[in-house]
Amino acid sequence: MMALRTLQKRFSMALLDRTREVPSGIRTAGLDRIDRRFDVYRNNVFVGLTEALVTRFPVCHALVGDEFFRAMARVFIELSPPRSPVLMTYGDDFANFVDTFPPAHPVPYLGDVARLESALTRAYHAADAAPLTVDELASLAPCRWEQIHVELHPSVQVATSVYPIVSIWEAHVRTDDHPVIDSSRAEDALVVRPDLEVEVHRLPPGAATFLTALLKGASLRTAADVAMTDPRFDLITTLSGVLAVRIIVGIRSSRE
Amino acid sequence: MTSSASVAAFGLGVLPARSGLGLKPRHYRDILETSPPVGFFEVHAENYMGDGGPPHRYLERIRAHYPLSVHGVGLSIGGDQPLDKTHLARLRRLIERYEPESFSEHLAWSTHDNLYLNDLLPVPYDGPTLRRVCEHIDEVQETLGQRLLLENPSTYIAFEQSDMAEVDFLSEVAGRTGCGLLLDVNNVFVSATNHAYDAGAYLDAFPVEHVGEIHLAGFAEDQDDAGGRLLIDAHGTPVADIVWTLFEQALKRTGPVPTLIEWDNDVPAFPVLMKEARKADRALSNERCRRQAMFATA
Ligand SMILES: [Fe+2]
Repeated sequence: MMALRTLQKRFSMALLDRTREVPSGIRTAGLDRIDRRFDVYRNNVFVGLTEALVTRFPVCHALVGDEFFRAMARVFIELSPPRSPVLMTYGDDFANFVDTFPPAHPVPYLGDVARLESALTRAYHAADAAPLTVDELASLAPCRWEQIHVELHPSVQVATSVYPIVSIWEAHVRTDDHPVIDSSRAEDALVVRPDLEVEVHRLPPGAATFLTALLKGASLRTAADVAMTDPRFDLITTLSGVLAVRIIVGIRSSRE
Repeated sequence: MTSSASVAAFGLGVLPARSGLGLKPRHYRDILETSPPVGFFEVHAENYMGDGGPPHRYLERIRAHYPLSVHGVGLSIGGDQPLDKTHLARLRRLIERYEPESFSEHLAWSTHDNLYLNDLLPVPYDGPTLRRVCEHIDEVQETLGQRLLLENPSTYIAFEQSDMAEVDFLSEVAGRTGCGLLLDVNNVFVSATNHAYDAGAYLDAFPVEHVGEIHLAGFAEDQDDAGGRLLIDAHGTPVADIVWTLFEQALKRTGPVPTLIEWDNDVPAFPVLMKEARKADRALSNERCRRQAMFATA
């Protein structure tokens, strides 16, 4: 009799690697071949995980087509099977894989679009927090704003790209119009879910650097200083944008 | 007769012996807007393990009006290795938050080392596996402070080392751990067909005294090499006629029990699910009438 641990080790290795033989000790009723029955399990594993990726990355799926996407997903699943039964996190590293997957290189922005799409799922499941109201934010207006630290909504994420990822993403989710996209334009995205709906906003130049610094805990002043290294960064535009999209959930002064 | 008020049996600490439906995000709003007469809703535990967002917001609101069953798919109770403590802790938080009337899991494994294989994989039915499964169920029930219902699996292969029948294995587990059983009638038919045994005889031998819930679902059909039927537990279609017939047969032994329509893939519009739920409710109320008539003539 095979120990349960050994049996499960062989079973799981053969599931993920089709070149391996079906483990011994398996039987089927009647005349059906054992490997064919074992393939039902292999299929369940790959089809289930592929569907999870298709659901999480619908725009990438549309960009490369079903056949290409599924073939790419199979390679990813073999290299990076899930490490947790909580599948909402599966594919967090899909974008990094896409970057290193040579057949995808003809679509150079695919990895960045995947990063944007994986941020959407994280925002969807992120902790809830109430954005500050306009009145509460008004307390920001008086002087000394430089010393203020803002706490951003837990769903806030920034996705940067040298490609127009927001326009590409929008063109696929809004099926009513198909704008011509200038693929040489760089776009950064802000992803946030102030309440129930996940929002994607196109960021002005330098704003991604500014928000990334805030996410790391920098004061408004320090974040602005970092962002100023980009001469196109405009603090007023960025600040008013940040206030408008309800991503701030707390304010404190840095003197504490 | 069943009451049409969805809240009728709520608060008793057990699921009502009526039909229930799997809760799917695409139906959240329909449910809140129309308050359909559903006996209970069932959720997959792992889909509610995020920190926040729409899943929790809607589940909280829906749970306030309906009994709830939490159905885990990722504990890997049949795995030889120790249970994943992090996952068990997540499950405990979920149970504490929603206080479901029922918690169920599968007689299967899905994790090896740190790899999650995303399928309910079969175990051999032998002594060492029985002991391991019982240890895991003891741990789960202790950690969650709640009785677990263990579900019979759909299987496509069997193991040479198995020396017990599946029903005897389940019966032993329930007897030793005090857990209940979730009888999935579709799984019975799928496994019986794939392993060429009689589904009716399986139901006749099932330890019905432990059954706390029934599952019904649709299967997909394929052919094996010898031209025989190979059934796949697919959850993407209506419940098959033969499974309705087996359900009626099972009810004669179990009596009316909470019955879930499982439809997880190609999820249809809500009224399609309601139609299946009504069918299950009719069978449940027929069984109630049959029992009353039996007592009346006795
Ligand atoms: Fe089931």
